[in-house]
Amino acid sequence: MSNKVENNKAWFLVLPVFVLVAFSAIVPMMTVVNYSVQDIFDQYTRVFVGTDWFRDILRDDRLHDALLRQVIYSLCVLLIEIPLGIGVALCMPKKGIWSSACLILLALPLLIPWNVVGTIWQIFGRADIGLLGWSLNAMGLEYNYAGNPVDAWLTVLLIDVWHWTSLVALLCYSGLRAIPDVYYQAARIDRASSWAVFRYIQLPKLKSVLLIGVMLRFMDSFMIYTEPFVLTGGGPGNATTFMSQTLTTMAVGQFDIGPAAAFSLVYFLIILLVSFVFYTAMTHADKDA
Amino acid sequence: MNWMAWTLPTVAFFSIIAVILVCMTVWEVRSPCVDRRGFLPISTTRGDRLFIGLLVSAYIHLAVIGLTEWSIWIAFGVSLVWMFIVMKWG
Repeated sequence: MSNKVENNKAWFLVLPVFVLVAFSAIVPMMTVVNYSVQDIFDQYTRVFVGTDWFRDILRDDRLHDALLRQVIYSLCVLLIEIPLGIGVALCMPKKGIWSSACLILLALPLLIPWNVVGTIWQIFGRADIGLLGWSLNAMGLEYNYAGNPVDAWLTVLLIDVWHWTSLVALLCYSGLRAIPDVYYQAARIDRASSWAVFRYIQLPKLKSVLLIGVMLRFMDSFMIYTEPFVLTGGGPGNATTFMSQTLTTMAVGQFDIGPAAAFSLVYFLIILLVSFVFYTAMTHADKDA
Repeated sequence: MNWMAWTLPTVAFFSIIAVILVCMTVWEVRSPCVDRRGFLPISTTRGDRLFIGLLVSAYIHLAVIGLTEWSIWIAFGVSLVWMFIVMKWG
């Protein structure tokens, strides 16, 4: 028998946080669940419809398309930004004034708000007054993000790469600096090639940092809203209308609160699943290390 | 609470979730559990298994609603069986 006194009163200190989270997340979430099973006409008139909204939105082609575009977009973002970020981090100077200069330069895009980035690129890409749009057209390349879906897509992708590759690069840079020098010394003794150093020392050591980077970039790109909205408003057609914009149109534009609630719950479940998988992978990567 | 637009099924849903959470807490205090490895690819605690079970149950419901014309109660039954399996052998 141990004589240790157990005192769990400190748990009450969590109470304020719990109240805050309840106010800002749990209660609104419950309300969304309530909305999703009803057809709401006004404050006093609402009809219970069961799972009809879920049936509708799960079979809605418009939403399938938005989901498909969203998944492809997020995958493209990850496929470009992660290797590029690693590459930039590897090329950065290791110490001295230039490393500080690089860090500041890389951090600059991260400071700019989404809608400003969207506006910058909206003007930058215009064929009549934008530097990028004008130059491309002057070189004989048809480029018009307002009319051509492929151009709009590439522009939205480019915006995200421009805006957020720095984040991955900064994360990787800090990960690389954390590798002890003995690993490199051992590699030199073994006369390892620079590829072998990258493959067997740097990449494994970057694993946990990269998982954070992948998770952040996935979640951020999965809820992208502002950039395509500012650039073309989701157009041309529906080419750059992603999930969050579809949801906003439904909920705030058309006031279809029931279907929008059902849709946002499905959206939530997708993000919950992916985050859980990433989180599990991350914590188990730490356990293995 | 009228502004939250409650309905009987959603009240039942959240009450059951709350009861499950309270029961799990009491169970944990009575007999703290340890990580163990079942058929899932990771070692899990009781709470992990509950979360995985509920998350998969949600997807089972979505699949039945989205892909079939079956009654929602079939999804519910399948989920109960799945919850039992994952809590016991997960």
